[in-house]
Amino acid sequence: MRNFRPLRSAAALAAAALAVTACSTPGGDESVPGVTDDTVTIGTHQPLTGPAAAGYSAISAATAAYFEYVNAKGGINGRDIEYLVKDDAYDPAATQTAVRELVTEDEVFAIVNGLGTPTHTSVLDYLDQQGVPDLFVSSGSLTWNQPRVYENTFAFNADYVTEGAALAQYATEQDPDAVICVLGQDDDYGAGITEGVEAVVGSNELAEVQEYSVSSEDLTAQIGAMMSAGCEVNVLGTINGFTAMAVGTAAQMEWFPKWFVSSSGADYPTLAGYLGEDLAPVLLQGMVSVNYLPSSAGGEWDALFRQINDEYNDGAPYTGNTIFGMSVGHLFAEALAAAGDDPTRESLVAAVESGDLVGNGIVPLSYSADDHAAYRAVGVTVVNEGVQDYAGPVYEVAAGGQVTAIEASPVPLENEGIPG
Amino acid sequence: MDRFVFLLAAGLARGAVLALFALSLVIVWRTARVVNFAQAAMAAAAVYAAFAVTAATGSYWAGLATGLAAGAVLGAAVERGLMRRLPAHAPLPGIIVAIGLVMVLQAGLAIAFGPEHRPMHPPFSQRPFVIGGVPVLSPYDLFTLAAAAAVMTGLALLFNRTTLGLRLRAAAFAPETARLAGVRVPRMVALGWALSVAAASLAALLLVPTELGLNPHAVDLLFVNAFAVAVIGGLDSPAGALLAGIGTGLLVSLVTGYASASAAPLAVLALMTLVLLVRPGGLLAAKEARTA
Amino acid sequence: MRTPLRALLLTVIAVGGTFGLDPFRNYQLATAAACFAAVAGLTVLVGLTGQLSLGHAVLMAAGGYGFAYAASAVDGPAPLALLVGLLAAAVVSGLLGLLLGAAAARLRGPYLAGLTLALVIALPAAASTLPLGGDQGARAPFFPVPEALSALIAVEQWHAWLAIVIAALAVTPLVVLRSGRAGLRMRAVLDDETASRLSGVDPGRVKTGAFVASAVPAGLGGAVLAIATQQVTPGGYGLAFSLSLVVAAVAGGLGSIGGAAIGSVLVTVLPWAVDELVALAPADLGQRLDGNLAVLLFGAGLIALTLAWPGGLARLPRPARLLRFATPSTTTER
Repeated sequence: MRNFRPLRSAAALAAAALAVTACSTPGGDESVPGVTDDTVTIGTHQPLTGPAAAGYSAISAATAAYFEYVNAKGGINGRDIEYLVKDDAYDPAATQTAVRELVTEDEVFAIVNGLGTPTHTSVLDYLDQQGVPDLFVSSGSLTWNQPRVYENTFAFNADYVTEGAALAQYATEQDPDAVICVLGQDDDYGAGITEGVEAVVGSNELAEVQEYSVSSEDLTAQIGAMMSAGCEVNVLGTINGFTAMAVGTAAQMEWFPKWFVSSSGADYPTLAGYLGEDLAPVLLQGMVSVNYLPSSAGGEWDALFRQINDEYNDGAPYTGNTIFGMSVGHLFAEALAAAGDDPTRESLVAAVESGDLVGNGIVPLSYSADDHAAYRAVGVTVVNEGVQDYAGPVYEVAAGGQVTAIEASPVPLENEGIPG
Repeated sequence: MDRFVFLLAAGLARGAVLALFALSLVIVWRTARVVNFAQAAMAAAAVYAAFAVTAATGSYWAGLATGLAAGAVLGAAVERGLMRRLPAHAPLPGIIVAIGLVMVLQAGLAIAFGPEHRPMHPPFSQRPFVIGGVPVLSPYDLFTLAAAAAVMTGLALLFNRTTLGLRLRAAAFAPETARLAGVRVPRMVALGWALSVAAASLAALLLVPTELGLNPHAVDLLFVNAFAVAVIGGLDSPAGALLAGIGTGLLVSLVTGYASASAAPLAVLALMTLVLLVRPGGLLAAKEARTA
Repeated sequence: MRTPLRALLLTVIAVGGTFGLDPFRNYQLATAAACFAAVAGLTVLVGLTGQLSLGHAVLMAAGGYGFAYAASAVDGPAPLALLVGLLAAAVVSGLLGLLLGAAAARLRGPYLAGLTLALVIALPAAASTLPLGGDQGARAPFFPVPEALSALIAVEQWHAWLAIVIAALAVTPLVVLRSGRAGLRMRAVLDDETASRLSGVDPGRVKTGAFVASAVPAGLGGAVLAIATQQVTPGGYGLAFSLSLVVAAVAGGLGSIGGAAIGSVLVTVLPWAVDELVALAPADLGQRLDGNLAVLLFGAGLIALTLAWPGGLARLPRPARLLRFATPSTTTER
């Protein structure tokens, strides 16, 4: 073997010399990444496997189904949307690899709806350095709304502080003397909800603040503490599984307080899956939440999304995640249409910042050059006899947590849900 | 005070499940001198079998029996098919094969059943009895405690009072001598694996109805905590597993209730460090002579 | 003096090799180099002293956090920040290694495994309890391509260069250590603690020392990851990652540095390669296969590999080498 070594090094050097010009050199390419005459390729990172896959893996499937529907109708400005979904198992290390592969190998036009706060945080700086549009991040962290620092990053979810403030406002309007408590996840989700609630009721006015860790599926200690603190309104910053567990654990203790739940953990069909179809209507009766997407059953968006779900998503269970995924797809299609006949990364970001996008929410989108948050207003929903629908005021929440009631302004469905 | 009693009661039932799973790790360590890293995935597979049977027949008890049988068969199969083919007295290949098995089983379960949580309903009410205004153990908690106690007593009798138990111990501690004395050592090791995984499956079957639902990762945290418990108690000691299991269950419950949920893993780590600093072989360590 | 020379040659070849790779592969190379540093430390620890650590990911994380905070604190030129960061990574991981080593000196195999496993599980809790930035972790400074090179190479390639050089600096002392008196002492302790004690070798000190020697390269590996990703999060150093380090060490053959390199490349590239293959399969296999099939095949391959060659990949095709190092290879089989 030894004799071959010089030969091999020589070969390596030759390859290296060749490659200097071929592979690794930066710059030089004039065309727009991910855009051809008849396709636009975009990518995302989602938890398709691992503990976070339950529920969340349905989002990208719904988005993909919506894009298939758009493509079947001729695409956007004559281009089909190709949606590359990479699994990151909710592991930040895997996210970094997945997103780098999307950007450098697959040369995607944009990253759309990357899911999760810890996961997406890990690629935020990278996407910024590469100048890749980072649209509609699937998380309610405030991190995504920093237009001065991250020029290309835009949030999609209403942020957690907004949701917490709106929930607390509704609770105090219903009963000014209610004893309010918070149960939150032990990360910025729970912290954001708590911050929003305290902005309304005053700091240190909460009777009890408990937190849980996703790795431990047991809320007995937390619910017991809230029960003994005499909580009447429990604001939850919990993901769906833990909302169900909180409600179920309390019911086992014969305790039936009011539940005010953040939109990320208040999807009725998903909760009913955990609690069982027989118990869910009873236990979740009167559960308050907030939302901003067209989730009302029987609405025109609802009908369209159900049809797309049947035709392009193999009739997968239709839940809030389905509506979420398709709404994201719709918003991207709208942004792409507005980016012009020859879209560039700059024109795409400019289209979102223009403030002309309408989305499909029940309140206006708030994107502008100075604001990269999608929704600053949310509508109150209530569960009644197993049906979750808008049933209360719509609140707009300012940056400092001041809450004002506004009128809902739902976006009508046009052109069969295909922007352009 | 109310809160203290409540947290103690909540910790007791969790501790019993922990102790049972830790005991299963002790059994396989005693019979085969390996720490089975695939114990959680194998138990999860057994619970899926139980879930399928309960869904088909509507009987919790038929599902429970199936789960235990599936666990035993899986344990024996893994020993016969995989572990036996590895070189003896080299712990690492066994650990690597177990890690590979975890990947295969969990991915296989996710492909077959999807990543969703499937709610499992307990056979008894989870509504706690209220004593003096404090909610304490529920009927299901009592069932858990009784089941764990029965299995632990049964295993203790089997190992200490029967000839089969004597053979099992002989095969584990002195395989060469046992073989000379006519004990079929390979069969004993396979039996030890079967017993161990069946016990782990029972622990998992008791745990899952109190959690969000069955999924391929439902037993992961139980395994990690139970491994800590087994180490704290002494890997050779069933009594240590029981003691440390209950103790850790109480500790986690109290820390979660009084401090926060995220402090619980740190508390377990601290307890473990403390115990190992004082007694490197665990609380109820076996005599040094045998291990030197 | 042959070892440093050989290390220098290999480093130069590896740096040259980066020209043959596109940016994504260079990123993977940097990741593999980070793993290599950690796995080399682990393989020496397990192979020579028989102490199984399941917690090397935490040692990497310690190095990563040390690097991120120290390098961010330096308000000076990039090389200085880099140097200070690396120093901090080595110190922090070395101290943690010292603590673990002190515990390890008293514990036998599975007990040490249990302690280090609990350590991995406690990392996210520690990150949110200590001022380490919780789930979002700490941000590490970005090291752009130096002016002189910026026309020639992309940032991924520059980071791959840094990764290769740091990994070489981390691993070379380990090789020297292993073949010297310290290595002899470690093997003596592994063979027979009582006998080594009689010949004046203190097993406790040897074990502790081995843990520190193994922790420092792991910490530097963490620093490499921090450079490549500009981020240290507890989620990136979880149980799966920690176990994959063990898998890499064993797949490559315990005690073998070359094997550590093979193993690190395998655990970095193989899951990704299988995913690529799955992507080629018709999409109508359904969502469920996505990601899962890769894990399943990887696991099955791992089992098959271990059953076929329990000694690891590095022991396979090189009978001459086996002969030359007959003594260490028999001891490392335990």
